Amino acid sequence: MAFATESDLSANDRGIKISIKNVFKVFGERPDRALALLKAGKTKADIHAATGCTIGVDNASFDIRTGEIFVIMGLSGSGKSTMLRLINRLIEPTSGSIEIEGRDVARMPRSELIALRRRDISMVFQSFALLPNRTVIDNAAFGLEVAGMGEAERRQRARAALRAVGLDGYDDSRTDQLSGGMKQRVGLARALAGEPTVLLMDEAFSALDPLIRTEMQDELVRLQAEHSRTIVFVSHDLDEAMRIGDRICIMQNGAVVQVGTPDEIVLKPANDYVRSFFRNVDVSQVFRAGDVARKTQVTIIERQGVSAAAALERMEHFDRDVAIILGRDKTFHGMVSRTSLIETSRDGASDPYRRAFLPGIEPIPASENLANVLGKVAASAFPVPVVDEANRYLGSISKSALLEALDRTA
Amino acid sequence: MTFDIGDGVDNAVNYILDNFAPLLDFIAAVIGAVTNGIQAALLATPMPVGLAIFVLLSLWRVGFGFAAFTAAALWLVDHMGLWSAVMETLSLVLASTLVAMLVGLPLGIAMARSDRVAAVVRPVLDLMQTMPAFVYLIPAAMFFGLGAVPGTIATVIFSMPPVVRLTNLGIRQVHVEYIEAGNAFGCTAPQLLFKVQLPNAMPSIMAGINQTIMLSLSMVVIASMIGAGGIGNTVLTGIQRLDVGTGFEGGIAVVILAVILDRITQSLGKERAGLWRTVFRTRTQAPAASIATA
Repeated sequence: MAFATESDLSANDRGIKISIKNVFKVFGERPDRALALLKAGKTKADIHAATGCTIGVDNASFDIRTGEIFVIMGLSGSGKSTMLRLINRLIEPTSGSIEIEGRDVARMPRSELIALRRRDISMVFQSFALLPNRTVIDNAAFGLEVAGMGEAERRQRARAALRAVGLDGYDDSRTDQLSGGMKQRVGLARALAGEPTVLLMDEAFSALDPLIRTEMQDELVRLQAEHSRTIVFVSHDLDEAMRIGDRICIMQNGAVVQVGTPDEIVLKPANDYVRSFFRNVDVSQVFRAGDVARKTQVTIIERQGVSAAAALERMEHFDRDVAIILGRDKTFHGMVSRTSLIETSRDGASDPYRRAFLPGIEPIPASENLANVLGKVAASAFPVPVVDEANRYLGSISKSALLEALDRTA
Repeated sequence: MTFDIGDGVDNAVNYILDNFAPLLDFIAAVIGAVTNGIQAALLATPMPVGLAIFVLLSLWRVGFGFAAFTAAALWLVDHMGLWSAVMETLSLVLASTLVAMLVGLPLGIAMARSDRVAAVVRPVLDLMQTMPAFVYLIPAAMFFGLGAVPGTIATVIFSMPPVVRLTNLGIRQVHVEYIEAGNAFGCTAPQLLFKVQLPNAMPSIMAGINQTIMLSLSMVVIASMIGAGGIGNTVLTGIQRLDVGTGFEGGIAVVILAVILDRITQSLGKERAGLWRTVFRTRTQAPAASIATA
C-alpha cells in the first residue's frame, strides 16, 4: 500500500511489494524435460535441439520494493516482457513463485487472480491496446466496467483519471482519432482509473517519437510523485531506464544479470553485456576534443609590422569578443580579446598582439578525451582552442558546442 | 469388392424416421412458426409500404444513388407481377438466415475457443458446402414433408458454413494485445468474449452473415423443387415449360433481391454511410477537427 509517509523514506527502507523467487518459464511442448536439462547445466541451444523448447526466463530471483520504479532492461529476446507478464500471470510460469504482498500469483485460483487483476495490478502496453470499438472514456473506464462498477461512477472516475494524465475534453472521441502520445495517455488513464498499487508497463513509451517519449516519462515521474505506486517498467532504452528508474534489473538470455540503482549499474557493471548498454551512450568517452572543435572563431595571422586595426575591424564585423592569433604556418600563438587589443594598439607599438594575449589560455590536444575537457571548457570564460600534435590550430570548443555534442546522447 | 454406402444411408434415414418422429415434428413446428410468421408479416405488408421500407434502408445504409436503384428495381419486380413471390422468397431467406445465425454463431465461437472443436467441425462444414444441394433435398423432404419447412432446413444446411467459419476466424484474428488487455484488467471468460472478442470480430462476422444470406438466396430457388415456393417456382415453371421468358423474369427478380440484400447487409459491418453521413457530418466530424488542431 502507498502511504503518504512513504515518500519520506529512502528506497532501502521500504517494504518488499513483489518477491520473485527461482522463476523459470519454458515455452514449448515438453517444459518438464527442458527444465530438467536446464537444471543439469545444458545450454539453451542444446535444450532447443533436444526438446524443441525455448527458455523464456531462466531462474529469475529479485525483489521489487513498495513505491519504487523498477525498470527491467534487456535486448529483445532477453525475456524482459515475459518476466513482466509472469507478474500478472498473463503467462503461466513453469516453476518458481511470484509473491505480491505474500500471496503467490503463480498458485492462486483463477477467481482470486481475476480479483487481483481488477484491484491491485494494471498494465500499460507498447502498442496501447486500446479497444477500437470504444470511445476514449469507455476505454479509460474498461477496468472499472469489468469489475462491475455502475456506469455513472465509473465514468466519473475515468474522467478524473483522464484529467490526471492531461487528457481533457476527448471523452467521446474515438481512439483512432488520437495521436500516439494521446493514445498512451488513455492507456495510462485506463491503468490508473482502478487505483492499482502495482503498475506494469511494457515498453510503454517505445512506440512514441523521442520528444513525446521524454514528455511521457516526465508525466510518469510526476504522477509517481503525486501518488506513489509500485511501477515495473520494461524498456530496452538505457536513457529511459536512467531517467525514471529507482532501480534497474538487467536481463540477458532470460537470466537476471544485475539488479541495482542506476549509479551501481554504471559504476560497477556486472559483465560486458551490461557495459555494452552504456558504451555507446557515453559520448564524452567516445568523442575526442578534435571531433567537437569548430572553426567559428575569428582567426588572425600574426605578421610583423601590421597594425591591429584590421583585426579589430574583423572582430567587430563578426561580433566576436575574442580572436585566435596564429602564425603563418597556422600554429597557435595565443588569444586576444577586443579590449586587450584596443589597449595595446593604442600606444602604436609594433607588435600589439603579443602583449594583448589573454593569460591562462592553454590549447588542448585534439586527441584528448572529451571527458577530460569538460572541466576546462566549463571553467574558461572563453572558447578553448584545440591544436594537433604540431601545435596547429584546429578550432575551438565553446560551452554551447560542448553541450550540443553531449546532447547527441539523448 | 463394393461397398453399399447408399443402403447404409437409406437405413439411417429410415431409422431416424421411425424413432425420432416427435423430435422431427418439434423442429418442423419451430421452423414452421418462424418461416410462416415472417412470411405472413411480409405478405401482409402492402407493396408501397414494403417498397418504401427498402428504399429508406438503402438511403440510410448505402446512399442516394442506390436508393434510386432500389426504387426502380422493385417497381419493375411489381410490374412483372412477381412482388408476392419475391416477398415469399425473402421470408425464406430471412428465416433460414436467422436459424443459421442462431446455430452458426455459437458454433463459430466454440470453434474459436477450442482447437479440438474446430478440428471436428471443419470437415462437417466442408461436407455441407460441397455436397450437391439436391442431395439433401431428398432426406429433408422425407423428414419434413413438402413445403417451406424442409426448404428452410435445406437452405440452412447449405448456407450456414460461412457464418460459422468467419465467426471462428474473426475471433481468432482479434489482436493478441486486446486479449492481453482484457485479461490484464480482470475479464472473466464471458466478459472477454462479449467485451473484447466479439466486438472486434464484428466486421468478419458481418461478412459471414452477408455470405450466408447470399448462399441462402441461391438455395431457396433450388428448394422450390420440394415446394418451398416463392420466386423459385417461377424459375422452375420456366424450366419445366422451356419458357425462356418466364424463367428470365424469375432470374431477374432473384438478381434484384440479391443485389439489394447484399449491399444493405454489407453496409451493416461498416460505419454508417450514405445520406445520413452527409446530413450528420458536421456533428460526427467535429471532435476529429478539434484534435487535428490541438
